Amino acid sequence: MPLEQVHNRIGIHFLNRPLAVGAPGPGTRRLPGEEGIWAFVLGDMLLFALFFGTFLYYRNQQPEIFLQSQLLLNKNYGAINTLLLLTSSWFVATAVHVYRKNNTVWAARFLAAGFLCGLGFAIIKVTEFTEKFRAGITLNTNDFFMYYFMFTGIHFLHVLIGLVVLFFIRRTALRTPDASGIRTLENGATFWHMVDLLWIVLFPLIYLLK
Amino acid sequence: MLADLSKAITLVWIVLFAGSAVSWFLVPEGTQVTSLVPGIAILSIAFFKVRLILLYFMELRFSPQPWRGIFEAWVIVAWAAVVYLYVA
Repeated sequence: MPLEQVHNRIGIHFLNRPLAVGAPGPGTRRLPGEEGIWAFVLGDMLLFALFFGTFLYYRNQQPEIFLQSQLLLNKNYGAINTLLLLTSSWFVATAVHVYRKNNTVWAARFLAAGFLCGLGFAIIKVTEFTEKFRAGITLNTNDFFMYYFMFTGIHFLHVLIGLVVLFFIRRTALRTPDASGIRTLENGATFWHMVDLLWIVLFPLIYLLK
Repeated sequence: MLADLSKAITLVWIVLFAGSAVSWFLVPEGTQVTSLVPGIAILSIAFFKVRLILLYFMELRFSPQPWRGIFEAWVIVAWAAVVYLYVA
């Protein structure tokens, strides 16, 4: 196997690049981060796919209850949260991008901005849950609200874990980029993007679908 | 600094925003009646957005197989299952 191909396969481009780990590209295919994080992400996505199916299955059993209960949700909260997570993902993807270009200062700033967007999501989610509880709506209200609280609640836990991850990779981003630093940022970013994409399906499924 | 930004990442972010806006306006206001066509459109837009996030933000478009294929398969199978269950 030619040397360059070996380097591409293991993601190391030390021959002609200043960085030990280059950006993935058409000629330099590699999986960002480590395989472990991708296996974890895949497992989580399979679990959420089951959630999506479960929700729709029970929706078919009691369409009136699901449609009436859905009217009690605040779509605005869900929509703002969608835009917050999409923007947060842009910040985090951009942070990884500039970090690979040795721009540690801006990588850290973008990660902080991504963190703040995620925090905004969490604050809105807590406000939303609180309003529901105050209105006497709980997990026991009906099947719609049971799945609403379960699935958005489990997703909310992912957001909290993601915020901790973003907090720590921001510290890594302040160090001079090396192979391990880049992998660390990529791992954290991969997890955070997954949190985003799961919400991208959950929001229309629970809040919008008629 | 601006020169360091990725055009692809920013373009995808704009498309994701646009997709969210389209979904928002497809929803009939306050209705309790199932409306299938907007519903299928909203679900399809969602999975299209998921694919963009996987390929561009998570950089699977530059990832080796089987990883890219596995996640693309998830998108297709989950989308098909969700639309099937919705219509059924």
